[in-house]
Amino acid sequence: MKICVLVKEVPDAAVEKRIDPSTGRMDRSGEKNLNPYDTHAIEAAMQLKEGGALQVDEIVAVTMGPESAVRALHKAVSLGADRSIHLTDAALAGSDVAATGYALAKALEKEQPDVVLLGQQSDDGECYTIGAVVAEHLKAPSLTQVIKLDVVDGGLRCERQAEYGYDTVQVSLPAVISVGDAINEPRYPSLKAIMGAKKKPLETASAADAGIDASLVGGDGSRVQCGEFKAPPAKAAGTIIEDEDTDATVEQIVAWLDERKLI
Amino acid sequence: MTTPSPATIDAEQLEEIRDGIRQLCARYDGTYWQQLEPETYPAEFVDALTEAGWLAALIPEQYGGSGLPLSAASVILEEIARSGGNPGACHAQMYVMGTLLRHGSEAQKERWLPEIAAGRLRLQAFGVTEPDAGSDTTRIRTTARRDGDGWVVDGQKIWTSRAEHSDLMVLLARTTPIGEVSKRGEGLSVFLVDMRDRGDELEIRPIKTMMNHSTTEVFINGLRLPGDALIGEAGKGFRHILDGMNAERCLIAAECIGDGRWFVERASRYAGEREVFGRPIGANQGIQFPIARAHMAIEAADLMRWKAIGLYEAGRPCGAEANMAKYLAAEASWMAANACVDTHGGLGFAAEYDVERKFRETRLYQVAPISNNMILAFVGQNVLKMPRSY
Repeated sequence: MKICVLVKEVPDAAVEKRIDPSTGRMDRSGEKNLNPYDTHAIEAAMQLKEGGALQVDEIVAVTMGPESAVRALHKAVSLGADRSIHLTDAALAGSDVAATGYALAKALEKEQPDVVLLGQQSDDGECYTIGAVVAEHLKAPSLTQVIKLDVVDGGLRCERQAEYGYDTVQVSLPAVISVGDAINEPRYPSLKAIMGAKKKPLETASAADAGIDASLVGGDGSRVQCGEFKAPPAKAAGTIIEDEDTDATVEQIVAWLDERKLI
Repeated sequence: MTTPSPATIDAEQLEEIRDGIRQLCARYDGTYWQQLEPETYPAEFVDALTEAGWLAALIPEQYGGSGLPLSAASVILEEIARSGGNPGACHAQMYVMGTLLRHGSEAQKERWLPEIAAGRLRLQAFGVTEPDAGSDTTRIRTTARRDGDGWVVDGQKIWTSRAEHSDLMVLLARTTPIGEVSKRGEGLSVFLVDMRDRGDELEIRPIKTMMNHSTTEVFINGLRLPGDALIGEAGKGFRHILDGMNAERCLIAAECIGDGRWFVERASRYAGEREVFGRPIGANQGIQFPIARAHMAIEAADLMRWKAIGLYEAGRPCGAEANMAKYLAAEASWMAANACVDTHGGLGFAAEYDVERKFRETRLYQVAPISNNMILAFVGQNVLKMPRSY
């Protein structure tokens, strides 16, 4: 059995997100890191492999991104992936979610994975949707926001976080599953794994290598066209109520909420 | 004895190591270190480091380690300090490794290194200092005398840190009386002591100190050692440990730099957040300048640290640079510690802010493992060739 984990290089969480006005795309310069949500997907794959209920022969990390994205793959491998695939091509730059999902699905087609895991969202775009797009192209079931995975009857019994509680869903394989950060606590890489990451196989694939129709990817192949971006309006200063007399303070808070019809 | 050549390492790999150790340290925050006070050993943290291979960084790959050079070890210890932790709990395994790698026999390495790398044995104790011989190491009174194929050791060590939490100890003892050697540095020998189940032969007494450092006195009463406990050549032990001391100086410098960066980050952040008289206190130059000054001192010390490590890794003499790096870094971290306490005002003394704990921890490096005054004397006398004071 093979598990592919989709990973992404994203700007470090400490870097303030901004849109580059010249390109209309997110400014991804500065410190970058492996998308933290993807580390949970890798850990989920490792736990399936180590759990023994499924015979997992291989975990493959797959990313699409510029040259620098190879670092995200090194991190994925240091966390346990056996090898990695870097889909990179100038023709892919500027792809929207649908185009990115299509391109990743094409890269995955060659691998024929039994399970595709990914973080439920990326720390930059936060679309939550790549998994579903990939699943659509692979004609595989899609599950999102999964926070528990168990092997049951040769398939996976998943708990997904719903708005009011949890859905329990049994899914047959192959399947595409995006996981939430509550699913596990990712291990940290060992020193040897960090030093050995570059020695594990890394395949670089162009759009043509993956059989991607260039007209369906990149800025031109994307259906989303970004228009004008504006920073959200600055928040107005709040009202500070000094708690000198608690009864009076409570009355003021209640009046404030009542005025806005919040209670 | 051949010197093992560790893997070369590039800047990107060092960044990956930095990133990796940060991830581990992030799970051991200030609360973790606070609850260990005043004298609980951070066993969970040290176990996590060991399990993930960080403390075996310098052990060659053939013995189960990562075979990395000193620069990698220095980054590991720096980041532990920078995260708010105390690398003093486990740094000796890095310090003493040079002595074992450079002067240990193949049989010794094969016997001990895989066990240490796998975390089954801890090598965290280094017995050199004695009550009557501190910086004047050649005056130690602990003796080892031949007894058949082996040795019998008698004496006393002090400030042997982590002896209670270590299975093995690198021990310096005199094997030829000082009156019978032409140079007082001769006649000393280094032993690798298996401290497990020694009964009355080894008596370890903890010493309470102002920081959580698990240091001890070790009383050695007729300790029997097998012949193969001797590291390197009998009588050449002082020279063997001196090799390792340059590495130790570089690593201490890195720890101080990590401490210093922690203080500067904490101080500058608090100075930007804390408002008094309607503006952040960091706008006051009385607050701002000491932090900026400490930052510059740390950056300068870091340059000397990398110069020393570069020379060490190139196999070139680095005694002056390693000592200067340790001095500059210890002074810089102390400057940063004071700036950090001053910036925090009363909160600098509150345990939950970690500042007072780190303040106590970094103070140690003014004095140990070598006093900064001894480094001034070394530079004055050995580098600048001025008259000797001792």
